[in-house]
Formats: sequence, structure tokens, C-alpha cells
Amino acid sequence: MPDTIAVDVTRYRPDRDDRPTTQRYEIPLRKEWTVLDGLNYVKDRVDGTLSYRWSCRMGICGSCGMTIDGDPKLACETFLTDHRPGPVRVEPLHNFPVIRDLVVELTDFMAKLPRAKPWLVTDSDKPPPDAEYRQTPAEMDEYKQYSMCINCMLCYAACPVYGLERDFLGPALIALAQRYNLDSRDHGADERLEVVSAPEGVWDCTFVGECSRACPKGVDPAGAIQRYKVTAAKETLRSLLLPWGRR
Amino acid sequence: MTTRRPVEPVLWLAFSAGGMLSALLVPVLLLLFGLAFPLGLLPAPDHAHLHALVRSPVTRLVLLALTVLALFHAAHRLRYTVRDGLQLKRLERLVDALCYGGAVAGSALAAYLLATIS
Ligand code: SF4
Ligand code: FES
Repeated sequence: MPDTIAVDVTRYRPDRDDRPTTQRYEIPLRKEWTVLDGLNYVKDRVDGTLSYRWSCRMGICGSCGMTIDGDPKLACETFLTDHRPGPVRVEPLHNFPVIRDLVVELTDFMAKLPRAKPWLVTDSDKPPPDAEYRQTPAEMDEYKQYSMCINCMLCYAACPVYGLERDFLGPALIALAQRYNLDSRDHGADERLEVVSAPEGVWDCTFVGECSRACPKGVDPAGAIQRYKVTAAKETLRSLLLPWGRR
Repeated sequence: MTTRRPVEPVLWLAFSAGGMLSALLVPVLLLLFGLAFPLGLLPAPDHAHLHALVRSPVTRLVLLALTVLALFHAAHRLRYTVRDGLQLKRLERLVDALCYGGAVAGSALAAYLLATIS
């Protein structure tokens, strides 16, 4: 096995480039090295000006998402040896504005995040319980999958609808709303309904399904959205058939 | 909320129901009337029998539901394929009108044909 591999990294420095360019680095190819290790090698030994985000290097923090050989991936979970013989193409995540090199702008997601109320909404009529809330394993299984999300944004980069409709809440956010809606301790489903069942909520989704394929944590945002469509459609029917009903 | 554009959920319901119903019924109908009967794999029902069957209101309703929902399923799919696939967002209204208009026209035709079987 050759002991080096080429990585073609997209560079963009707004102070001097007016468009992104590609820069090739030759790095050692070690069996246990991920793309992130390769980038760290470049940053430490070859070119300290390269910018990218990372923190945990173990698929937990969700900050190292980038486009690797065309697919949205976590750099710390993508092994260089799986991309032999190279060159490995490393680009910023698609569908996001680029701040510099591989660093993208996530303001849009951050602004939308609180709208889905991703926290346990309590029933304010009831006094807080004296003891902890109990939950059966079955109740936990309802939402556990969705709670694995690390906000890595790979699903947004994979979603063609998000690329076209900037207002779309997007896969992870709807999965996150479901994470709380399906939690037996939560009482916020009604409050989330308005946001999630709006046109730019679930109805923008055309069930392409790339989000679930891209997700490194086994969250199934496409499934969450489909499931929520059923809920939202039922609510609509109810409000059409019984307009004088609740609310 | 949903009252702002309540058509979308309704269209989606028709799309889902249409997909489900077509997936269940169309292969059976095709297999029977497209292969099994013409090729003599199964004894074909005679004309009088089929005619009587189609004249029954229940059959007509089932066929109408199948056709209408399948058409709306197709319209929904086509709409997104054309709008997003060909990046025709500017023509969104036209695409919607053509796709769902087509489904409405097809449904009306189906209803007319089914109602006028004598
Ligand atoms: S749902 Fe998956 S891909 Fe999307 S942000 Fe969460 S962990 Fe990342
Ligand atoms: S560095 Fe934390 S997920 Fe990759």
C-alpha cells in the first residue's frame, strides 16, 4: 500500500479569494487515520492557514461535517484507507454559505431551532411531581432514535429540498420536534403543531429520503417527517370537519 | 397554521391513499386482465358476468376511487418531479394547475364513463 494519499481540499479565504479554489496536499496514509487526522496533519505540519471545525474526533460533537468524495460525512468517522487510491476530495457541506475553507455558516438552522421547542414542555396546570418522572423501556423506545441527533447538519447538506427552499425547517429539526412529541413526559405537541405542520414544516418535504441515508447516528429524519405528516393531516381533517372543535 | 394552506395535507392524503390503493389493486387487475385471462392461464369470466359486475354500484365506486386516487397520486409525484427536478419553481402555479388539473379532468372523465355504463 502506498504510504501517502492526496487530499484535494476546497479553500476559500474571503480576504484574498473571490472564489473557492482547490489545493492538493500529500499526506501520510495510515491505516487508522481518518480524513480529520489527515486535515490535522496538514494544519500542524504543512499549512496552518487551513480552517475547519472539529472537536471530539469521535462522532459525538457533530462539528466535523464536510463533503467527502461528494457525500456528506463526518470527517472523524471517514477513514482515508476507504478512499484509496485517492485523491480524496474534501469540500465544505453543501447547501450552506461558506465562511472560510471548510467552515460553513449555520445561522439559519440556529435561528429555526427554538421554533420547534426542542425541550420538554411541561403541563403548567399540574404541580411538579415529588419524585422523578418514570418511563417504561417501551415509552423510551418511542423517541430514543431521534434523541441520538448530534446536529451535524449532514442531513441538511444531503437534502435537495433544503437546497431549494431556504424556509424549510429541515430534517433534523423535525426529527427533534418528534423526539419531544413522542416523549411521554412532554406536553408540547400542540404548541409544536403550528410550526411543524406549516407549509415550510413537513409539507415542504417530498420524501427524497437522502437525510436518513446521510445520518451518521441512525436517526431516521425522513421517517419522522412521514410520521408527522400523518399527524398533521389528521389535524387538518379534524379542523376541516369540525371547525368549531378544539382551539 | 394548517388553515393557512389546508390543501397540502389533503393532497398528501390523496397521494398516500392513491399510492397504497394502486400498489394493492393495480397489479392484481393487470395480472388478471392483462395476462391470466388473455393467455388462458385462468378461465376468463364471460362478458355478461363482467358486465353485470361493473354495473353494480359497489364496483363502480371502487373503480372510481381507484382511478381518482391513482390520478392524484400521479399528479402529486409529477408536480414535484417537474418543479424540483427541472427546477421550475418560477412556474410553480402553472405546474400545479397542469398536474392537478389533469387529475381533476381525468377523474371527471372516469366518473362520466362509470356513470354512463348501461
Ligand atoms: S438527524 Fe442525523 S444527519 Fe441530521 S443533524 Fe442529526 S445526527 Fe446529523
Ligand atoms: S469531531 Fe466531533 S463529530 Fe467529528
